[in-house]
Amino acid sequence: MHSIPSVRTYVTVWAILTIMTFVTFYVAQIELGVWNIVVALIIAFFKMMLVVLFFMNVKADSPLTKLFAGAGLFWMVLLLGQVMLDYFSRDWMPGGKFW
Amino acid sequence: MADAHTVAPEHEQHSPYLRHHFDDMAQQFDSATLGMWVFLLTEIMFFGGMFGAYTVYRNMYPEAFASTSQFMNPKYGAFNTAVLIVSSLSMALAVRAARLGQQKALQLFLVITMIFGLAFLGVKAFEYHEHWVDMKVPLFFGHWDYHEAPQFARPAQIMFCFYFFMTGFHALHMVVGVGLMTTILVMARKGTFSPQYFTPVEISGLYWHFVDIVWIFLFPLLYLIGRTKQLI
Repeated sequence: MHSIPSVRTYVTVWAILTIMTFVTFYVAQIELGVWNIVVALIIAFFKMMLVVLFFMNVKADSPLTKLFAGAGLFWMVLLLGQVMLDYFSRDWMPGGKFW
Repeated sequence: MADAHTVAPEHEQHSPYLRHHFDDMAQQFDSATLGMWVFLLTEIMFFGGMFGAYTVYRNMYPEAFASTSQFMNPKYGAFNTAVLIVSSLSMALAVRAARLGQQKALQLFLVITMIFGLAFLGVKAFEYHEHWVDMKVPLFFGHWDYHEAPQFARPAQIMFCFYFFMTGFHALHMVVGVGLMTTILVMARKGTFSPQYFTPVEISGLYWHFVDIVWIFLFPLLYLIGRTKQLI
């Protein structure tokens, strides 16, 4: 089927994930205003990609599986993007005057 | 009859786990993996709805969500994140052991995965107990006036509902995951798996990693908002 990743690869990914957890924990204590959530989500996204590509081994999966995994991500982007476009522009609601 | 069912020589070499509607083990494996991903897509939609609702309400009540988040202890959250990441590592190593046919290592890594999964659930139960004692559970909302910041009382309750629903469904997935691991461990002990056939280990691993990913997002969104502000 696919080539088998080495133990070293898995342990490296684990180490990066653990370091990223500490980074997100400490960055959250620093006042960055609106950027706190942006940094937190970028780190979470990076961690997700590591888990998907290496632990779930999508990197070595068939193109069809890659397409399906990408479809899940695309659907989340659509959902959250449309929700934010809608609710962040309802200026008669709290939090609606985002721009 | 015997003649009609005479098996062609190449069929005799097939793994007993190869179903007749697949060409070979690789095709069967890819189909199973793809099927599991389809299931995971429905799980993304399931959790996605909750993340979408969270986005809407947090945008409506940003200060209230930030101040309510200070009732969650981020040290427990960070510890649990680390615990889940270790369990994911050991799950990945279990799949690797199964592919290499290392039976003892497979069983060992499955047990480690379960131990760390149960440790996560233990910490979660401890946190829930603290919230229960502090009357932060929806059941006690009538007795909670949120005197720390009365203007946030209602949205604070909404925030706690999101907290319990999202972490609760995540914890439920963890319980199911531990059940899956138990099944896989029993199958592994019976010697079901070999380098030719390890599909159940692989797709259970996909599920376990997915549940890990959900927590990777829950941790910053529930525990780490409003850490820089002293609102309560």
